Amino acid sequence: MSKINSSAVILDVKNITMRFGGLLAVNQFQLQLKENELVGLIGPNGAGKTTVFNMLTGVYTPTSGDIQFQNKSTLGIKTYDMNSLGFARTFQNIRLFKALSVLDNVLIASHRKTNYGLLDSILITRKKREQETIARKEAIELLKIFNMENLIEEQAGSLSYGKQRCLEIVRALATKPKVLFLDEPAAGMNSTEKVTLMKIIDDIRKKFNLTILLIEHDMKLVMGICERIIVLDHGVIISQGTPQNVQNDPKVIEAYLGSSVLEAQV
Amino acid sequence: MQVLKSNIIPILLICLFGFLTPVFESTLDAYVQTIFVYALINIILSVSLNLVNGFTGQFSIGHAGFMAVGAYASAYITMTFPSYLGGVSGAEGFASFLFQTQFFINVLVGGLLAAFAGWAVGLPSLKLKGDYLAIVTLGFGEIIRVILLNTEAVGGARGMYGIPKSANFFWVASWTFLCILVVWRVVRSTHGRSFLSVREDEIAAESVGVNTTKFKTKAFVLSSFFAGIAGGLFAHYLAYLNPSSFSFMKSFDVVVMVVLGGMGSITGSIISAVFITVLPEALRPLQEITRIDFRMVIYSLALIVLMLTRPEGLFGTKEITHYLKFRRKGSADV
Repeated sequence: MSKINSSAVILDVKNITMRFGGLLAVNQFQLQLKENELVGLIGPNGAGKTTVFNMLTGVYTPTSGDIQFQNKSTLGIKTYDMNSLGFARTFQNIRLFKALSVLDNVLIASHRKTNYGLLDSILITRKKREQETIARKEAIELLKIFNMENLIEEQAGSLSYGKQRCLEIVRALATKPKVLFLDEPAAGMNSTEKVTLMKIIDDIRKKFNLTILLIEHDMKLVMGICERIIVLDHGVIISQGTPQNVQNDPKVIEAYLGSSVLEAQV
Repeated sequence: MQVLKSNIIPILLICLFGFLTPVFESTLDAYVQTIFVYALINIILSVSLNLVNGFTGQFSIGHAGFMAVGAYASAYITMTFPSYLGGVSGAEGFASFLFQTQFFINVLVGGLLAAFAGWAVGLPSLKLKGDYLAIVTLGFGEIIRVILLNTEAVGGARGMYGIPKSANFFWVASWTFLCILVVWRVVRSTHGRSFLSVREDEIAAESVGVNTTKFKTKAFVLSSFFAGIAGGLFAHYLAYLNPSSFSFMKSFDVVVMVVLGGMGSITGSIISAVFITVLPEALRPLQEITRIDFRMVIYSLALIVLMLTRPEGLFGTKEITHYLKFRRKGSADV
């Protein structure tokens, strides 16, 4: 675990609220992400974690509040432009380009790095060839981190569940993000795969100097690698701090296991 | 140097079409020639529509509308300015060259106007998904047809006749080849991959920075351009235009070609375009024997059987190169 030094706040979320009609999905959510930090966002089902993600990545516009990335508000910016700002994400229910090859999945994500035009593609100019070669090389480099370089020709939909989750992370990394949002990256993996994945997440954070916000159900996993944890329940932050503090917070235990557990303990 | 190397074969092929034209015109009888040319025009239509319906995953059923824009625009220019470059129909030498160049420009302008129409229709409507886009494009096709039907300047319901028959085998074959080449190469570039990502999952595509509306519009405009070219060639081959040639039935024909060949397979579109053009004609002798027109029944039955046995189309999303193992291993381009 790398130590948090007094680095700058990269993402500042100020009291965002999301209302769907009469339903208050997220209320006054606050978060400050420092550069190169790994923060976990946990909470029971329906707590509003994914809604928070969707607001941060521009899928939803918050009903009120502000999100500032490097001191600039990101409200109203389209999802695809958020990506070029430096935001990348994975999805809870895997969203790969299933019918395409593993390599194409990664190459699509690097499309902002290629700037050759339609005419270059039609004439196959030098510019096109060179940029394609570079993009391809970079894609394979990324796939190597997850030991997937021998799967490049495979159809993405035919990969195992664990590999599909990894491919989603590779695809997000291919956009060269500054902040990475991982929505339950370990869901559906077995415990060995989970341990490997967590190590990789920690590695890529250091290697690419990433700031990561992670949603996870598996408490043990989050406790293992996150420096800071935020617990969300019914759209409200009920606890935050170091893994140890959060683990022993009565409010968290109540949210996860119900109040009767605490009463029984007393 | 690099560009020349990648394009030498296409250039040589187009030259070959030039040499083959006299042979084509002298050996085949007029009926076969006509079917041949229609098959080529249908290839342009189906391959270009495949870019939208197959590769980008949108559903457009107004291709005949864009074809009509290209056909009428290019024919109108030809009729209004018969010899602005000084070329004369049927002349020899330089005058003939000028005439051909003029024809090329006219068809190109028709294509560009169709592309503009595609942009104008696509920009507001491509934010819609699936069925909604289908209805908008269907509506557009009908609007174009009705406008043409009521415009006296282009002949209205009588149609437009006396268009010089400038489109010969060379032009039609070259444009067909160019259309296939362009679509093939665009699909195998970063643009094409973005088209595919829109088809596969729009939300995921946006999350990795693909501006889905922009790429949908791009595919739509390119597709409309070639529909317009096909229209221009059609006008200058048939030498007569009538709004009823561009009804929604024509659009459906092209959709059938794309679906039958496989959404996302250029090879499939080519083969099914030829199949659908030739089949009704090949069945003509049968009509003479039975004295009843069974052609459409057999044609429809053939479609039903094909769709039941191969719902993904003849080729699915694969190309002929996949089967011939021509594809160099690990190569991303052609």
